[in-house]
Amino acid sequence: MAYSTKVLEHYNNPRNVGSFDKDDPMVGTGIVGAPECGDVMKLQIKVNPLTGLIEDAKFKTFGCGSAIASSSLATEWVKGKSLDDALGIRNTEIVEELALPPVKVHCSVLAEDAIKAAIKNLQEKQANSPQAVNS
Amino acid sequence: MIKLPVYLDNNSTTRTDPRVLEVMLPYFTEKFGNSASRNHSYGWETEEGVDLAREQVASVINASSKEIIFTSGATESNNLAIKGVAAMYRKKGNHIITAATEHKAVIDPCMRLERDGGQVTFLPVDKHGLVSPQQVSDAITDKTILVSIMAANNEIGTIHPLKEIGKICKAKGVLFHTDATQAIGKIPLDVEDMGIDLLSMSAHKMYGPKGVGALFVRRKDPRVRIDAMLDGGGHERGMRSGTLNVTGIVGMGMAAEICRKELAPESERLLKLRNRLHEGLTSKLEDIYLNGHPVQRLPGNLNISFAFVEGEGLMMGIKDVAVSSGSACTSASLEPSYVLKALGLGDELAHSSIRFGIGRFNTEEEIDFVINDVVRAVNHLRNMSPLYEMHRQGIDLKTVQWAAH
Repeated sequence: MAYSTKVLEHYNNPRNVGSFDKDDPMVGTGIVGAPECGDVMKLQIKVNPLTGLIEDAKFKTFGCGSAIASSSLATEWVKGKSLDDALGIRNTEIVEELALPPVKVHCSVLAEDAIKAAIKNLQEKQANSPQAVNS
Repeated sequence: MIKLPVYLDNNSTTRTDPRVLEVMLPYFTEKFGNSASRNHSYGWETEEGVDLAREQVASVINASSKEIIFTSGATESNNLAIKGVAAMYRKKGNHIITAATEHKAVIDPCMRLERDGGQVTFLPVDKHGLVSPQQVSDAITDKTILVSIMAANNEIGTIHPLKEIGKICKAKGVLFHTDATQAIGKIPLDVEDMGIDLLSMSAHKMYGPKGVGALFVRRKDPRVRIDAMLDGGGHERGMRSGTLNVTGIVGMGMAAEICRKELAPESERLLKLRNRLHEGLTSKLEDIYLNGHPVQRLPGNLNISFAFVEGEGLMMGIKDVAVSSGSACTSASLEPSYVLKALGLGDELAHSSIRFGIGRFNTEEEIDFVINDVVRAVNHLRNMSPLYEMHRQGIDLKTVQWAAH
């Protein structure tokens, strides 16, 4: 199966590979998937306490090229967005952007789930320590 | 200068040897007769070509040329052997014994027979992919008509103790079939010494053309009979009707001849290349695991799991190397290789596996290129692997609660 040029481009030049300190109160971490399924995505967002916007994002992914490209794209898309806007990112948009074939749709689902998990993690953190939030 | 991508997928198919192509060519042009035409020289000369090929193919397994049935390939040979025996011996019994790690061309015919009321035992394998003769012996009942155990596995290269299994089958009066697709020309095979009654092979795995194969059907001690699947002109002693694929058969004969003559030096050379590849990777990468038997394996086969890296992702990173993976990220089921799972390998290591199949035309220079390319890609992918990060932090991945999807 041939890969789309966009998948290849993200695979060869992945954006935002890396990790934030998961204990940072402004960082939300989402880990989705499982090794036995062949995909694990870790996606982290860092929120600016003044604006409430996602100012940076990082990922690490164990998976095929499409999984890596989906998570790379997801980190690009969440940057600069509010949490609500980031929650609005749909896997179908990732499928479209990367021209993923049907067998790779699950990679995009995983990327959407990773964004949601990271936001949920951040919101739970903030609920537990409200003084960290300035909004 | 090496030609890219380096072809290391010789368990999948092999390049046709130029010597094979050369003997085939006249049969496309001036020697175009139907080998079944008995009344003119066009038929005679192609029949001669087929007869020689039959001898050559028989020789590589120490059989008689009368025992060779030409087919379209190993899938057909396996189907013919299993279904043909099941139909012919159905009054004697309906039980077949095979292994969990067989090729689909054996497993699926067996499953079809099971759906049609037959009984099939799929023997589990040990961590190296081996079925023991004892397991076979224990599984045989008075309803058993056939044992089908592959000579060597296509994914992990593990070689089965055919002689010991053959002995048991003989003692218990059960027919013994082996799918020798991967083993032909790579390791010595002798149907007499090993007590094999039926043996499947394919030309394109031994540097011959695609679309041609053969089934060895023993003619005496015991005389094996099979029900044909294709009815028609009664070719191949009535076991496989259809005009013979003369060009393919002539090529298969030459391919078998070369394998027989060059087996010893070639397997030694392949083993050297495999060891070079294995040692090269092991010396430069941590956390890599060999799948299959460490010694009792095909000389050109190396199957390795690169922990924390997914196989398909890795193949994308080594685009200058043609290999295959036990990861099944492309299949709808997301299930990794059933062969690797049968070894008891965790799914994550099955997803991390790459099969390197070294063949006749590979060189040391290519192996060195592959080592460097794989090491670079594995390091690159580990750097972006959350599993590798956790491993480095001392987290035991088995203790993590994963949200499976």
